[in-house]
Amino acid sequence: MPTVLNLELSVNGEPRQLLVPPHHSLLEVLRERCGLTGTKHGCELGECGTCTVLLDGEPVLACLVLAAECVGRRIETVEGLSVGAELHPLQRAFADLGAAQCGYCTPGMLMTAKALLDENPRAEEMEIREALAGNLCRCTGYWKIIEAVQWAGRILAGDPTPPAILREPSEVKGGCSHG
Amino acid sequence: MLRLPEFTLHQARSLQEACALVAEAPQSTRLLAGGTDLLPNMKRRHQHAQRLVALRNVSELRGVAGHGSGEMRVGAMSTLSQLARNQELQKSWPGFVRALRSISSPVLRTTGTIGGNLCLDTRCNYYNQSEEWRQAIGGCMKEVGDTCWVAPSSSHCWAISASDSAPLLCAIGARVRLASVRGERVIPLEQLFVDDGIAYLGKAADEVLVDILLPPVANTRATYWKLRRRGSIDFPVLGVGAALRLDAHGVVEHVRIYLGAVASAPLRAEKAEEALLGQPLTEASVRAAGEAARGVANALDNTDFTMLWRRQMTAVWVEGALRELGGLAPRAHMPEMPLGAPGMVV
Repeated sequence: MPTVLNLELSVNGEPRQLLVPPHHSLLEVLRERCGLTGTKHGCELGECGTCTVLLDGEPVLACLVLAAECVGRRIETVEGLSVGAELHPLQRAFADLGAAQCGYCTPGMLMTAKALLDENPRAEEMEIREALAGNLCRCTGYWKIIEAVQWAGRILAGDPTPPAILREPSEVKGGCSHG
Repeated sequence: MLRLPEFTLHQARSLQEACALVAEAPQSTRLLAGGTDLLPNMKRRHQHAQRLVALRNVSELRGVAGHGSGEMRVGAMSTLSQLARNQELQKSWPGFVRALRSISSPVLRTTGTIGGNLCLDTRCNYYNQSEEWRQAIGGCMKEVGDTCWVAPSSSHCWAISASDSAPLLCAIGARVRLASVRGERVIPLEQLFVDDGIAYLGKAADEVLVDILLPPVANTRATYWKLRRRGSIDFPVLGVGAALRLDAHGVVEHVRIYLGAVASAPLRAEKAEEALLGQPLTEASVRAAGEAARGVANALDNTDFTMLWRRQMTAVWVEGALRELGGLAPRAHMPEMPLGAPGMVV
């Protein structure tokens, strides 16, 4: 059995030929071999969700997947979300709604949310809450994240009406007071 | 970065190859299913292996076959999210699907498998800690040394079974198929577990869990109630798997209740079953069953929350599960469904 495996991985649509020891996780390979440090490392034990990437469209924790088990599968990281300078609707919504504060959980949140919206862009609040239930955030209190995912979903579904929070108070029926 | 120790990786392409690979060195080999329990345990140096045999490419271990009117077969390498989405399971065994959806978090259920959840390592406050933390107390008997810090005079390890699927599947009378180079055998699921925190599995090291066989539904009502601190991610501090059948007069003719997270194996609450058998599901009978279950569950100081509260909650949770199965209104201040049920994620 060789101590190093010759792996061909597909990361954000690009083929990567890498020599990797069998005990290296996908997280180690993405960050340290591919230079894709957008995927963060948090607990590294499957408890925080910050290293979430997509494997064949499904969110997985890169800290708990061996790179050797990813051959022949489609790996998507946060670096693959934007198209050139054009941000993904999720990224725009997170920025516009202040859904990122320290930003450390954001790549994982974005990838988990992308998997949800790819399947169901009209996901309701409870579906978003459930989908994101494995991604911890210690800053935002989650509300802005949930709002941003909902708004991005609307844009992806072809209904780019901004949520009330982004509109002028006079445009919102009944108004709102920010004190 | 918290890294895995070195090992060699063998990626089996068939069940026969997997059995042969593990048989070469069963004591130094571990089977890799989803990896969501084994890999963190290896990172923390709880579990050790020189060789891993990965089961991901073994097609015989995947898929769901059959219908609820007959026996259903659930491949051990099916992921928890695949099973939770399975329409036949949703229709025939909604209690099983609820148990699946209560396991860990959505991002782990895409990777974790049902076989892995059944073979989950037992857990304890004094064991599931960092390597440095464990060294500071000199380790415990599950790992090194001879002291159980939960019960220091005990010669027995009290780490708990933390599987959410096991209590429900034991309650409905599921069986499992095990394969090795010596052949196959099918055993009742409850025999897969041993009430010993260290040697907690009743399968040989060279045996591969192939599939789970669910009996015909045949009017069985089954549910799972999970108790935990948060609505997601957490392991259970108490799990109640209950299944029963009523006769034409509404009298309980068959009942099985298994408790998770109170012993090193799913614990059958026979006294609670006795309180129900031959009785209709009434305020009095479900309350009596709950109280009987409290006496069975000897929760110890080995997981989250205080042990006395967990013992009290055994009665409340068993009663709640039975109320749900009997269509009785929940008691005041009690949820209709337990935390962790879909729609109650916080």
